[in-house]
Amino acid sequence: MASAPASLEVSAGRSLGSRVHAGDAVAYSITLISAGSILLVTVMLVYFLWTGSELTRHKFGFEFIVTQVWDPVVEQYGALPFIFGTVVTAGLALLISVPLGVGAAIFLAELAPRRLSSSMTFLIELLAAVPSVIYGLLGIFLLVPVMRTYLVPALKAVLGSLPIFSGPFYGPSILSASVVLSIMIVPFIVSVSREVLLVVPTDQREASLALGATTWETTWKVVVPYARRGIFGSIFLALARALGETMAVTMVIGNTPKLQSSLLAPGHTIAALIASEFAEATSATYLQALTEMGLVLFALTIILNGLAQLLLLTTGSRVKA
Amino acid sequence: MNRMLWRKSLNAVMLGLTGFCTLLVASVLFVILGYLAWNGASHLSWNFFTKLPAPVGELGGGMANAILGSGKMLLLAVSIGVPIGFLAGVYLSEYGHGTFPFLVRYATDLMNGVPSIVIGIFAWAIVVRPMHHFSTLAGGVALGVMMIPIALRTTEEFLHNVPHALREGAMALGASKARAVFTVVVPAAKDGIMSGMMLDLARVAGETAPLLFTALGNRFWSQGWLEPTASLPVMIYSYAIAPYEDWNQQAWAAGFVLLSMVLIVNIVARSIMARASSRLRH
Amino acid sequence: MKRLLTIVVLAALFAAMSFAQLNITGAGATFPYPMYSKWFDEYHKLNSNIQINYQSIGSGGGINQVTEGTVDFGGSDAILTPEQIKAFQTKRMTNVLAFPTVLGADVPIYNIPGVTAELNFTQDALAGIFLGKITKWNDMAIASANAGVKLPAGDIIVVHRGDPSGTSFIWTDYLAKVSPEWKTKVGAGAAVNWPVGLAGKGNEGVSGQVKQTPNTIGYVELIFARQNKMTFGKVRNKSGAFVKADLAGVSAAAVGATMADDFHAGSSGSQPSITDAPGKTAYPISSFTWLLVPEEIKDKQKAKVITDFLKWMLGPGQKMTEALDFAQLPAPVVAKELKAVAKVH
Repeated sequence: MASAPASLEVSAGRSLGSRVHAGDAVAYSITLISAGSILLVTVMLVYFLWTGSELTRHKFGFEFIVTQVWDPVVEQYGALPFIFGTVVTAGLALLISVPLGVGAAIFLAELAPRRLSSSMTFLIELLAAVPSVIYGLLGIFLLVPVMRTYLVPALKAVLGSLPIFSGPFYGPSILSASVVLSIMIVPFIVSVSREVLLVVPTDQREASLALGATTWETTWKVVVPYARRGIFGSIFLALARALGETMAVTMVIGNTPKLQSSLLAPGHTIAALIASEFAEATSATYLQALTEMGLVLFALTIILNGLAQLLLLTTGSRVKA
Repeated sequence: MNRMLWRKSLNAVMLGLTGFCTLLVASVLFVILGYLAWNGASHLSWNFFTKLPAPVGELGGGMANAILGSGKMLLLAVSIGVPIGFLAGVYLSEYGHGTFPFLVRYATDLMNGVPSIVIGIFAWAIVVRPMHHFSTLAGGVALGVMMIPIALRTTEEFLHNVPHALREGAMALGASKARAVFTVVVPAAKDGIMSGMMLDLARVAGETAPLLFTALGNRFWSQGWLEPTASLPVMIYSYAIAPYEDWNQQAWAAGFVLLSMVLIVNIVARSIMARASSRLRH
Repeated sequence: MKRLLTIVVLAALFAAMSFAQLNITGAGATFPYPMYSKWFDEYHKLNSNIQINYQSIGSGGGINQVTEGTVDFGGSDAILTPEQIKAFQTKRMTNVLAFPTVLGADVPIYNIPGVTAELNFTQDALAGIFLGKITKWNDMAIASANAGVKLPAGDIIVVHRGDPSGTSFIWTDYLAKVSPEWKTKVGAGAAVNWPVGLAGKGNEGVSGQVKQTPNTIGYVELIFARQNKMTFGKVRNKSGAFVKADLAGVSAAAVGATMADDFHAGSSGSQPSITDAPGKTAYPISSFTWLLVPEEIKDKQKAKVITDFLKWMLGPGQKMTEALDFAQLPAPVVAKELKAVAKVH
């Protein structure tokens, strides 16, 4: 203990003070530059999306967002079918995955013994690591045929009269894409919701049980509402992820830029559109229209991420976004 | 009495349902693994790992160039993403109060949320377009940019978790701030940071969309860094949507290889991370 | 840590090493891809230091990328529009030459459960199906040409190309010639506003889609149908005969084709269309496919290789076409082309 400060003072040449400053300054600048470069790259990204779509933004204005027609041949571009497809597939995916995900989270947080809960969560979190293209592969060869042979006929038998389930089912469709998406985002909902539920103070539960509530009543009426904000945050995050999914969607959605009322019809999303047409855009306007679609998607993602962050922050939990 | 029975049965049913949900979600993983193993493992062969793709209709082709291409791009991605993410993470963790750090955090979250396809067109604009050709470099840059946000978050989080006592102890011994950080704090967090980087790497290893118009593809070996290159995820995509059965089978095999690698890295990284987190909390 | 670093650096150096190979990149049409993949593979075997990497991304992509200069040559079955030619000249400061490589055919593939026969399609039937006016397989327009085949009452699902495609160009070019309604409503082009149907990406995507989905009809290049053992139908030609696509039929369609001497895309006769050709045995949906090469290539080494490949393609290369169900170029075209290849510099 006494020798350490002594050895530091006994250094030939320069004084302790200047050595300290030099090292600090270098470290500070290097880390600062790295941090700054991130800011720079983000600014460049936004700049590129904004200027790369200048032509079409001026040409079509806000109507771009509500125009139905996407016809590169006559250079008429409208984002509506893709915004529709993106929002509907993401929304439907949430509709499927939220009950499943929150249900699983409840089980894992409230009911399962600790070790079972940890190992199951580990497995479910591994699902989040599966690459999108693999989901797409399984979508084409496993999910779509199963849906075509079993699920959709059953669905049509029961709900076929509804306009959203009308028309023939080819296989690639909005419904198929939604189902694949829901499988992809469920792990996020489970993981985050479980963490948020675990953080709810035990006395809340105990108080409820002491008043005679059943476990389910405690969970549903006390614990979940307490963690409500965090759960909503996880939903927003899953939504943001679903909006940007590209490969799995493009492999099972049918890639048709048409607005249709039936979920069984093929459709398109913004991400799938860019992926399938960017390399082939044969005119400046076409390319700019696609860049503008990228801008729209980017804007959607920012808004949703912002909302999610807001919600997660206000829960006061240490949950990682 | 009746009410009580109702409440009790509802309890049993709902709790049973949540168990069912969990089972359903967890089983998906096994279905995916099982199906891939069933279809993919059987088509793995020596050819797959060592041969170049064969012309259409000829059997015996492989994905050797795709495996190497993916490897090269990931190497580049790591050399871009890890240093920048790590150093910026150190910055935010150790010097991070004020508007500039706030902006950096916001920008990072933004970048993290950007769909990979948009990163792809960005990389196309800054690398492919000026250079006038597709390249491994462009693909590596796209993947590298994608790695930065998570590398940063991981670093910042694990550094944050290191108890202040360690920092203060180092500085009390006369170390400068920089020395304290790099010789004491970072090593204390190194397990967590490294495992986070591994998870990050596994994530971008599976990315396809950003490679579509940066690396394009190559039927031969790609030399150096400035030529287009094949990559495992893109090959899976092209072969999966093709009508040739041989290609479909190769897609399964490739999918199996990719998924196995990703999952192994994930499992290893998470175990290290769990150990690191629990150690730090004591 | 140090060891890891050394490994990383060595790996990077290894990866960066050039093995004195010349790599030429091309991209475009999926139509001739089976032929091109074979050709470039064979050429590589003969010249082991040259790698010609062709990516099949669709004719639209090929035209686009060669105009941008991100690839050295493009592949297209679509005839270039004046706008595309102008764009090329502005961006690349040189003319674009269109060299025909092989002759191929678009065939109507279908997947009808229970139907294994080769269906006969009249011009009206095809136009009607793709216009969305004929919606059931057992419609009179189809059934009348197929006496003896039991067609189901199922809905027809059309599969077309989603990407700008030369194969689409050939198909729509044909439909525009045989159906005035198609001509006014939809027209001919690499990318059109398809009235109905699912989109597939590339010839591969369309054949994959048809293979995997029952009650579908699509159009793909002949070899794709053959290699995937998919049933495809006969099409009625201008003379009234129902012809099944094969080498003889395709060659017959090319018999009257006149090709301009300069091979400049855009000059009259440089990219002739041979759909709906006269002749009793002609297959009506045939076409040339072209390699788009800039007249002046900055990298002289690449220019030499491309010229050399083109000459090889017109010689030994042509002998390999029949094995892959593509028809050779007519002899007069080959003669003219060999002279024009010298223009690439």
